[in-house]
Amino acid sequence: MSSATLQHAAFILRGNPITGIAAIGAALLIFVGIFGPWIVPYDPIASNVQNALMPPSAAHWAGTDQLGRDVFSRIIVAAQLDLAIAVSAVGISFALGAVIGALCGYSGGKLDRAVGRFVDVLMAFPLFVLAMAMVAALGNRVENIVIATAIINLPFYIRFARAEVNVRRNLGWVEAARACGDSHISVVLRFLLPNVLPAMVVQMSLNLGWAIINAAGLSFIGLGVKPPTPEWGIMVAEGARFISTGKWWLVAFPGLALMLAVLCFNLLGDGLRDILDPRQRT
Amino acid sequence: MTTPKPLLDIENLQVTFSTRRGPVEAVRGISLSLAEGETLGIVGESGSGKSVTGFAMTRLLDASGKISGGRISFRDRDITKMTSASLREMHGSAMAMIFQNPRGALNPIRAIGQQIADAILAHRKISASEARAESLELLRAVKIRDPEKRMNAYPHELSGGMCQRVMIAMAISSNPALLIADEPTTGLDVTTQKVVMDLLASIAAERGMATILITHDLGLAARYCRRVVVMEQGRLVEEADALTLFRSPQHPYTKRLVAASPTATSRVEDLVTDDEKLLVPAVPLAPPPKPAHGTPPLLEVLDLVKRFDDGTVGVENFSMAIAPGESVGLVGESGSGKSTTSRMICRLLDQTEGVINFNGQSISHIPAREFHQAPQRREIQIVFQDPNDSLNPRFNAFDCIAHPLIRLLGMRNGAALRRRVGECAHRVGLPANLLERFPHQLSGGQKARIGIARAIACRPKLLVLDEPTAALDVSVQAVVLQLLDRLRREDNLAFLFVSHDLNVVRMMCQRTIVLRNGAIVEEGESHQLFDSPKTDYTRELVDAVPHIEMIAAEKMAAGA
Repeated sequence: MSSATLQHAAFILRGNPITGIAAIGAALLIFVGIFGPWIVPYDPIASNVQNALMPPSAAHWAGTDQLGRDVFSRIIVAAQLDLAIAVSAVGISFALGAVIGALCGYSGGKLDRAVGRFVDVLMAFPLFVLAMAMVAALGNRVENIVIATAIINLPFYIRFARAEVNVRRNLGWVEAARACGDSHISVVLRFLLPNVLPAMVVQMSLNLGWAIINAAGLSFIGLGVKPPTPEWGIMVAEGARFISTGKWWLVAFPGLALMLAVLCFNLLGDGLRDILDPRQRT
Repeated sequence: MTTPKPLLDIENLQVTFSTRRGPVEAVRGISLSLAEGETLGIVGESGSGKSVTGFAMTRLLDASGKISGGRISFRDRDITKMTSASLREMHGSAMAMIFQNPRGALNPIRAIGQQIADAILAHRKISASEARAESLELLRAVKIRDPEKRMNAYPHELSGGMCQRVMIAMAISSNPALLIADEPTTGLDVTTQKVVMDLLASIAAERGMATILITHDLGLAARYCRRVVVMEQGRLVEEADALTLFRSPQHPYTKRLVAASPTATSRVEDLVTDDEKLLVPAVPLAPPPKPAHGTPPLLEVLDLVKRFDDGTVGVENFSMAIAPGESVGLVGESGSGKSTTSRMICRLLDQTEGVINFNGQSISHIPAREFHQAPQRREIQIVFQDPNDSLNPRFNAFDCIAHPLIRLLGMRNGAALRRRVGECAHRVGLPANLLERFPHQLSGGQKARIGIARAIACRPKLLVLDEPTAALDVSVQAVVLQLLDRLRREDNLAFLFVSHDLNVVRMMCQRTIVLRNGAIVEEGESHQLFDSPKTDYTRELVDAVPHIEMIAAEKMAAGA
């Protein structure tokens, strides 16, 4: 990264300190995601029935659940799974979507039309219901949550890459690359994709939050992750049974973690867009 | 003799823009005045502050721009101190502005008749039907054919020239005393330019309207303005009547500008003054090599046809030949098929029919998709129109020039490649310390040089130049043209020079082909073709180019 980029980033951060906070939040989240199991005060799975359903206290910051497990530890450990699902799903849809979309945007013609219709069909479904159906059909496993989340995200990446490549395909430097001896495919992969990458990274960051919600949502309705694995969606689902009896911490803290994670990635995405593309600044 | 009170009087105007890197002074204290009904030209290159001056006069500056000093009095009222309410009133009744890119200035989803009526209704309390009748009158005044029908047309259904006429109609709808035209014909074809400018001039004369024409084109300012001021870097460097200014410019900048503007008689060598010649390594200019009679042509094109998928014909029965080292111009207006033709010859686009032979071998049977592997790829190279978008934003200058060497000559990263790139950069006069820079850190002229260096890197035999200087300022254009001409002589390079600028083509090319609607209208030796055109179309084209000397002669005759 050149010093000019850093300077520009510093300028943006001065005008928009929230991006900085979001970046710190996201970094913290990733740290927790990686090192969570080693830093938690309690075993997230070991039950201790005598200690069940204790409200938040100095010993248990977020209280304990119906089996006496420490909610705080479970939230911390759950970050790993939730982030892993979201990151790999977004990674897959980005990799596939960028290449397919770029090829469509560059070539136009039959491929573009065929893929365009496929994307339309995909988007005509309520996406969450589609993900549910896919997990149900493929088998109730974590990998399938990743695949389902990746597929329902795919249309956005295809469309995004297609549009970004489409506006650039007639620019001089694309023709120049061909005059310099590059084939069509190499123009797409070596010239156009790197140029649309920054914009797509923004899209990825915005998309991460959404993928986290999606994964948690699937677990919430009992698809994918199974108890006793700590996962934010399951924790909210299990805690919901106790909310009528006033045990609010079982739902509130995992829900809060989910909300903060999504918020961080969304704000970070907005900030990245400002840094990478000054024209879109509002 | 009493001087009448001026309509507009600008005193020491300063405009400052606040940017990330601190304040930037765009206009640094200019003073000028304009009488009722007078036409004034403001001439300058990009970044000279001419447009900003225009926007300051109408107080239409961007939010980041501020009039930081000076006074603009219009009919004795200081515009810089006006409230927004009185500004609005003034815009409606006393002052109007038209812009470059008229299509962008019109609302795309509203019929033009309604848009003109809107402009009228915004400032006067009349009924909608009266406004409509008046807008019909205005369309008639700007000589739009079938005005009744055009009333309901949308901007996308009109040509660029027509859109600009609609803009003029809107601007004159309130009978302003002053019309500011900011590059009103940039981007229009030369014949359209003439029609629009003639119309503007006649309307201004009819209505006694003062006009300020802001332009980069000296010829245009000379033809349509009595008095011209020259701006450079936010300052007014010279002010004189058009004739004197072009005949005997005083300020060094004006001298340079006048010298750099190609005219019907200028030679490439004369375009730049001495101090700029130092930028390009001096090489003795040999006379152009006369191809011996009977030498086979380097490029031979026979009955080239391009039909697009939707059935429209892009190019029809196009045949030509270029000898080794020869420079051939291809001129035509937008839509004439000149870009399509040049891309087929470059093998970036497939032809529908026809044969292209290069060096005695057919290249037209190789599909454009596969031509990158053909041995002829390195022999036919192209320089693109806009230097701003012909360089990959993620490549630095070195990568751009090295790219064809790596792909076409198979060179590897290393000392040899670095030496070869450095050599190419040197040949186009690009300082070696700029090779590390990325396109956005370079000026237009530097980017143009990189584009040329990339094209000549593999020592091609034929260089297709697609409007290589259309996006450049005249002084930069002059340097680039001179560079191209020198490279051609050094390498015995053949040029296919595609351009809409007749003066440039006349100077750069031995032969010229005039294209219209995809077909050849006329071809011949450049000087002959331009001096005594055989077809009406060529004559129309030639006449539409504003020439400084011709205007001078005309004005002399009129004044005498």
